Formats: sequence, C-alpha cells, structure tokens
Amino acid sequence: MKISIKNLAQLANLELSSSQLQTLEESIPSVIEHMDEIKHLDLSGVKQTNAVIEEENVYREDDVEHSLTQDEALKNAPNTYNGFLVVPYVFEENTDA
Amino acid sequence: MFLRRTQMLNKSISELSKLLKTRQISSVDLVKESYARIESLDPKLHSFITIRDKKDAFNDAENIVIDNTSSPLAGIPFSLKDAYVTENVRTTAGNKVLDAFIPPYNATVYTLLKNAGGILVGKNNQDAWGHGGSTENTSYQTAHNPWDLERITGGSSGGSAASIVSGMVSFAIGEDTGGSIRNPSSICNISGLKVTYGRVSRYGAIAYASSLDSVGPMAKSVEDLAIILEAIAGKDPKDATSSQRPVDQYSLHLQTNLKGKKIGLPKEFFVEGLDPQCKEILLKAAKQFEKEGAEIVEVSIPYLRYGVSIYYLIAMSETSSNLARYDAVRYGDKRELFSPETMRRIMIGTYALSAGYADELYKKAQKARTVLIQEFDQAFEKCDVLLSPVIPGKIRKIGELINDPVQNLLEDLYTVPINLVGLPSLAIPAGFTSDDLPIGMQLIGKKFAEQEILQFGHVYQQMTDWHIREPGM
Repeated sequence: MKISIKNLAQLANLELSSSQLQTLEESIPSVIEHMDEIKHLDLSGVKQTNAVIEEENVYREDDVEHSLTQDEALKNAPNTYNGFLVVPYVFEENTDA
Repeated sequence: MFLRRTQMLNKSISELSKLLKTRQISSVDLVKESYARIESLDPKLHSFITIRDKKDAFNDAENIVIDNTSSPLAGIPFSLKDAYVTENVRTTAGNKVLDAFIPPYNATVYTLLKNAGGILVGKNNQDAWGHGGSTENTSYQTAHNPWDLERITGGSSGGSAASIVSGMVSFAIGEDTGGSIRNPSSICNISGLKVTYGRVSRYGAIAYASSLDSVGPMAKSVEDLAIILEAIAGKDPKDATSSQRPVDQYSLHLQTNLKGKKIGLPKEFFVEGLDPQCKEILLKAAKQFEKEGAEIVEVSIPYLRYGVSIYYLIAMSETSSNLARYDAVRYGDKRELFSPETMRRIMIGTYALSAGYADELYKKAQKARTVLIQEFDQAFEKCDVLLSPVIPGKIRKIGELINDPVQNLLEDLYTVPINLVGLPSLAIPAGFTSDDLPIGMQLIGKKFAEQEILQFGHVYQQMTDWHIREPGM
C-alpha cells in the first residue's frame, strides 16, 4: 500500500516545503516497513495496555484554586486582541455577503 | 586539562553538603565555579541552551540559609533538561518552535528542588521533544562528548550528562521516555535513573509520550541519585498518574548484603548485535556481583525482539497527539520549524492512528505491550534484578545516527522495552573500551523497587572506580 506523505502532512497540520516533503517521502517508508512486523503477531484475546499505573479515577477536591491570570496565560501568544486569543480561520473566509 | 580534584563541584552531594553546613565553603563559591566552568567549556560542548541570569542564581545563593535541618541539596548548583518549564526562564524543549517561550509556571520537579535549596544555573541541550538518542536533533547546536569531542553525548538528555561529567553542575534532572536518561548517562560515564512510571511527578515536563515519559536524576554516583530521588519522588495532586506509594529514604539504605540475590541476564539481549567488548564488560560486571554473593541466572523475554517496533508505534502515536498543541495560537512559532526527525515521528504516529491502520498498528502494539509486561513479570519470578547493556556498540561519531533514520531507532533496543513496561532502571558506568570510551550497564528492577536497584548500583560503585574516572579535555 502506498502511503501518501502529503495526506499525512495535512492530517498532522504540517505545511511542508517541497524539499521537506521530499526528505520525508524518502525516509518515512523504510521506518514504517520496519514496524510492520507487529502486524503479523497473533495477539487474539490479548487486552491492550494503555497505561501502566495502579490507580484509577484519581480525583481532586472540588475547590477553587489559584490558576494563571489572564495576562500570564496570554503572555506567550503571538496574536491577541482585547484579552482574547486571535485564531486562524477554521472555515474558509466567505466573501459572499 | 581538567584538574578534577581541585574542583569543588566534582565532590559528592553529601561531601558538598557537609562543607556548606560547616561553612567551609559557601553556595556562592559553588555558583561561581559553575559559571566559570560553563564559560570555559561550554563553547566546545554545547551542553546548555539557556544559562540562567547570573544575578538570579547569585541572589539565590546569597540568600540561602543552610543549617542542620536543611536538605543535603541546599546551596548546590544543578541544571534541568530544557523539557522542564521554569517560570520566567526560557524553555524550548530543544526546538525553535518554543524559541521565545517563557513559561508562566514551574514544573513540580523544579519547585521541589528549589524548596530543597538547590540553585538552578541553566537549561540543558537535548534532542528536541525527546526525539533522539544523540542530542543532534536540536535547534541549538549538536552537543559534544567531553570524552571525545567528535562523538555524541547520547540523548535525549545529552546536555545534562555532558554538563555533569565536565564539572559544570553537581547534578541534573533529565527525562527518559525510551532511554533518554540511561543512554547519555552511559555514553558520558555518569549515573542516571529511570524511575518506575509515576514515581516522580511529570507536571511541567513537556510531554513526548505520556504513557512512557519519566522524570529522573542524573549525577556522578548512585549515592547522589538516591539523595536527589528522595527530594523529587512522591504524589503530586497536579499529576494524576503520580503514585500514592510512600517514598523510601533511599540514601539511608544503600548498604546491603547481596548474598542470595539473583541477577537475571535476558538471553535475547546477549546475542549477535551486541558489540563483543561491551558483552565482555557486562559479563565481568556480572562476575563482580557474583563475588559479592549474588547468583547469575539466565532468563528469557521473547518479545524483546519486537521492543523497538512496539515502542515506536506507541511513542510516535502519542507524540503526534502531544505535539498537536504547538499550533502558534496560544504560544510557540509555526510547526514548519519542527526538524525532519520530529516531523517523521509526528507523521508516522498520525499514520499508525489513522482510520484503517489503527487496529493493526497502534492497537496491536498496545496488545504486544501487554505480552511484554507478562514476560517481564515471569522473568522477575526467577530473579531480583535484570542486568542489561545500554547501547549495542561503540559510542557513535557525530553525524552517524542523525543521517540514518532507521539505525537511529535501532540503537534504542536495550532501553525502550523498560519504558513500555513502566519499570525502574539504573544506568551506571561499567568499564571502558580499548580506545578509552565509556560503557555502561542497566540494572532493571521490579515496579517501585528503586531502593533495590540503587543498592545493587551502590555495591558495584564501592567495588569499582569506573564512575570516578574523568575525561581529560
């Protein structure tokens, strides 16, 4: 099966230059090929391990605690407006009114 | 040329603490030495990304009150891998995406060390996001090994290892997801501890793979590691995966009798693929333990042969998810600043999680992980600790691994399985090759058996002096 590096880049929110794309197209398939050996293992009836901890459902007290101020929370944001984060368009900009 | 014996920072933590508590030296003396060492050696080593503003470090050193109730860490200069957020001190995780990131809060491990009186002097160079075993995958210049400047420091906590062995700091906190504390510790001839998953809080540690990441100490001896571990282990309400189990007084119980203890050698680790000199050194180490009364047994963990594949399917999937947050909206610069190695991992992780492939790749890897855990449990019915190599061969020259993506991953085969099963592992110096390059070994324990592996390591360091040797730069 052919892997579309371009599609993966889009899913991963990576805008690649053509040279970046080329480097990845050349290097990714051999890494994936190596890991294919897992596909052939017979693991029917085995449960997945998602975590290696002993505890379950760890809760905290329902107390209000100090968190970051709005200024602290925004101080690393590249683009803010009146105390809000400016985000890129999610949908395409609609130019028909 | 190092004149190690005249350098204060080359002393053990307990020696330094005694000198500080009896006022024979001051914390300011140590911080001065630290910065002088950094200024003279780091232009060649690149073990730091950010040096903390000297006036802040000196301020801490001048104001600290050290008395008999103080922690043994009080007044002692240390560094943090740049994966730990430090309030008002730039934190990059080794990549330009966070080049301008100034965290508004502290990682728990830093808060604990600060409360103990430790003095932070800087943030260490690393493979970006933990992606690598050579500290070459960094936006901030490749780190160089003090033992041979043309060779790697190992990684991803390579900067931490180099700064300790070159006497810039007394100790550091590294981070280990697939070997990132053990690999550079071995390669730079220091001691490093990967803890049981959940033993130390991960709050404020920039995440690579959240089911595998561990926070741990790196220092010149097992005794030092035990002291640091006491200060940083424990439940943290801010990290729901941190363990509730009580923290032992590790440094008080390092002496032990090994009579009757069993050391397992996993046979799958001692086959071709392991450099003969390395094998010889490890078997000699096993013999040393036998002299102390321990028994060597062979064990088998068949799924070790799939370790690299299982690990990378899981780690790359988890990192593709964890790195999604770097979208240049709340913080950070554009994603196109990720390195090719990081992009590879994100994209392979995306692939392994995508519709149509998730069942046979990611989910299968998590099932294989279950089998590996069961096999380790079975091996531990026959022994108390496992002895293992750290890297398969000689320390690589700079440029070898970063330019060979598959080989780069295969180099991790002895370390990654331990993260998958969540067990603790201690990496300590075990000898030198015929061309004077360090070789380390792993002592792997059962869950939360940090005390036991530290005991084995301490016994070994009392019988040998590999860990005292220093590079002559």
